[in-house]
Amino acid sequence: METTISVPIWKQVWDRLGVMGTIIIVVLVGILISYMRDPQVTSAVLNSTLRQSTPLVLGALCGLIGERTGIINIGIEGQMLFAAFAGFLANVYIGQLGIFPLGVTLLLAVLVGIAAGALLGWLLAFMSVTLKMDQIIGGTVINILAIGLTGYFYQVGLTTQGKLQPISLGFLADIPLIGPVLFNNPPITYITLLLVVVVHYVLFYTRWGLRSRAVGEYPSAADTVGVNVYFMRYANTIIAGGIAGLAGVFLTLEAVGSFERLMTNGRGFVALAVMIFGKWTPFGAWGAALLFGFATAMQTQLQFQGDLAIPHQFIGMLPYLLTIVVLAGFVGRSRPPAAEGIPYEKE
Amino acid sequence: MSDQTVEEGNGRSSGWLQRIWNTTSVPVGAVLLAALIGAAILAISGANPLDAYAALIKGSFGDSAAFGRTLEKATPLVFSGLAVAFAFKAGLFNIGAQGQLLVGAIVAAYVGFSIEGLPAIIHAPLALIAGAAAGALYGAFPGALKTYTGANEVITTIMLNYVAINLTDFLADGPWKDLTPGNVVARTPKIMDSAAIPFIGDIPVGFLIAILMAVVTWWLLWKTTIGFEIRTVGLNPHGAQYAGIKVAFTVILTMTLSGLLAGMGGAIETQGIVGRFQPGFNANLGFDGITVALLGKTHPFGVIPAALLIGAMKAGSSQMQFSADVAKEITDVIMAFILFFVAADMIIRWILRSRAEGEKITLSSGWGS
Repeated sequence: METTISVPIWKQVWDRLGVMGTIIIVVLVGILISYMRDPQVTSAVLNSTLRQSTPLVLGALCGLIGERTGIINIGIEGQMLFAAFAGFLANVYIGQLGIFPLGVTLLLAVLVGIAAGALLGWLLAFMSVTLKMDQIIGGTVINILAIGLTGYFYQVGLTTQGKLQPISLGFLADIPLIGPVLFNNPPITYITLLLVVVVHYVLFYTRWGLRSRAVGEYPSAADTVGVNVYFMRYANTIIAGGIAGLAGVFLTLEAVGSFERLMTNGRGFVALAVMIFGKWTPFGAWGAALLFGFATAMQTQLQFQGDLAIPHQFIGMLPYLLTIVVLAGFVGRSRPPAAEGIPYEKE
Repeated sequence: MSDQTVEEGNGRSSGWLQRIWNTTSVPVGAVLLAALIGAAILAISGANPLDAYAALIKGSFGDSAAFGRTLEKATPLVFSGLAVAFAFKAGLFNIGAQGQLLVGAIVAAYVGFSIEGLPAIIHAPLALIAGAAAGALYGAFPGALKTYTGANEVITTIMLNYVAINLTDFLADGPWKDLTPGNVVARTPKIMDSAAIPFIGDIPVGFLIAILMAVVTWWLLWKTTIGFEIRTVGLNPHGAQYAGIKVAFTVILTMTLSGLLAGMGGAIETQGIVGRFQPGFNANLGFDGITVALLGKTHPFGVIPAALLIGAMKAGSSQMQFSADVAKEITDVIMAFILFFVAADMIIRWILRSRAEGEKITLSSGWGS
C-alpha cells in the first residue's frame, strides 16, 4: 500500500455516515418519544408509512435499474396500472376455476402481474433499443396504452376471493413497537425490503451490476470490452418492468383487494421523483420513499383526528411540499447516468 | 433502410408534392395503422369496429355542432401542448402543465365572478391575463428552484401538480365557494357574462386565440434572439453558457412562459367552456399536453393538428359509447398506437417507401443537470 495523506478514522467514518447517521438517530429518537406519548398512534403512523412507501420504492427501483443501464422510464405509472389490472383479473378468473386454494391463486396472480409489468418493460426496451425511439415518447406510449387497455377491458362488479394477508414472523412480531411495524406484514412488503438490499448488492457488487452501469454511463466503452449493450438494456428493462409489476399487484392484491380505473393515481410519477431524490441508488430511493410515505401517513392521521384549524387540503399538500423543501434545501443537484436516454448505435 | 428500396434521386430535387407526401405520410399512416389495431381490439372484444368508428367520426365531425365540440376539446390541449413543447425546446420537461393550468383556471374564475360592472371588452381579457399570469408564476417557481437550488424540474413540477389540486380544491370549497342556496359541491360561482369568451357560430373564440398563441410561440422561438437562446440552451447548456447566454435566466424565463401558456389554457377553459371553476373538470388536460406535444413533434404548428386529433377523439368518444356501446377508453389505446407509429416512423416509412423530411426529434437527453 502506498502512503496517502492520512485522514483520521473518525473523519472517515463521519464522512461516510455522519449526515445520514445523524438524520437516522434524530428520526429514531423522534419515534421513541412519540411512542412513549402515544404507542397506538405511533404504530399506526409507522405502519401506514411502510404501506404507503412500498409501491413507491418498487417503482423507484424499476426506474433506477432502467436508468442505470441508460433507459429512461417514464412509463412506470403505466406498468404499475397494467400489472395491477392483470394481477387482479388473474386472481378473479383463477379463483373462479376453484381448483386451487386461495394462497396458490394469489401467488399465481402475483406472478401474472409481474409478467405483465415485465411485458411492458420488454415493450419499452423494444421501442428504445431496437426501434431507437425517443424514450420519453416510449414511456408516454406505455402510460396511455395502459390507461386505455385497463379502462377498456374493465368490468364493474368483478369480485375476488381475497387478498394477501400479513404474515407474522414469530417472536419477532412480539417486540413492542418494532414488532408489529416491521415483522407483521403481508408478503410483498417483505419482498420490497429484501429487493432494496438485493438491487443494491447486484448493482454495486456484482459483475452484472458493473456491466449494467457501464452500459448506462459509457456504452461504447462497454461494447469495446465485449459487453452486449443491447442485451444488457433489454434484460434490465424487462426485470425492472417486473418490479414495477410487483408494485402494481401490491395495490390490487395486497393493499386494496380490488381494481379501480386509474387506481395508481400518479404513484408512478411520484416514484420517478423518489428515484431522482434518492440519487439513483436503492437505499436513497428507499429513504426518499419512506419520507414521502411518512408525510402521507401523517396527513391521513391528522385528517383522522379531525379537530384541526387547518383545512384538510393544506394537510393534503404536506407530502408534496415536504418533498420540494427537502429537495431544494438539502439534496440539490443530482447527476443522472451519463448515457441515459441516448439510443446506442453499434459502430 | 427505405433508402435502398425507393427510386433514386436526391431529396433536394423532389417537388413540393413529394415533400408534402414525405411530411404527412407518417402521421396519416400512423393514424390508419393505429385505427386498424383499435379495430382488431374492438373485434376481439365482440364490438363492431365499423359502427364504433362511424359513431366516433359522427360525434366529432358529423355536423357543425360536433365540429364545434371537437374545437372545444382541442382548445385547452393546444395550450398545454404548446406549454410542454415550449419547455422541451430549452431541454426542460414540464410535467407541471396540469398544475399551471389549474391555477390559471381558478384565478380566471375568480376575476370573472368577483368583479362586477366591467364592459366585456375589458373584463374578459383581464380574466384571461390574470389566469395566464397565475400560470406563469406557478411555472416560474420550479424554474427558479432549478436555477437556485438545483432541484430537478421533473420532481418539483410533479409535486406542484398535487399542490395545485389541493390548493384549487381548498379555494373552490372555501373562500371562493359558490354560495348560491342549494349548492353543496365544491365550485366557484358562475363568472359574469362580461368575462365569458364567446363563440362565433359553433367556433369557440378560445380556439382562435389558441392558434394565435401557436403562431406567437413559433415566432418567439425562431424569429427572436430570446428564442435562439432558449433553443441553444436546450441543445447544449454548457455551450450556451460558454457563448455568453445567461442559462439561469433562460431556464426561469422558459418555465415562466411555459406556465403562462398552460395558465392561459386553463383560463380559456373556465371562461369559454365551463363558465366557472369546478374541481375535476380540468382533470388530465395538462397531462394530455405531453401527448399532444410529442405527437406534434414539439413544434408549435405540429401541436395544432395533434390537439385537433385528440380533441376529435375526445369529442366523438361519448357518441361512440352512447350509440355503439363501446367503452371510450379504446380511444386511449388508439392514441397510444398513433404516438407509437409517429415516433417509430421507420416502420411506416418502410411500409410506404417514403423518405424522412427534417430532423428526427430527440427529447430524452436525461433529466438535465
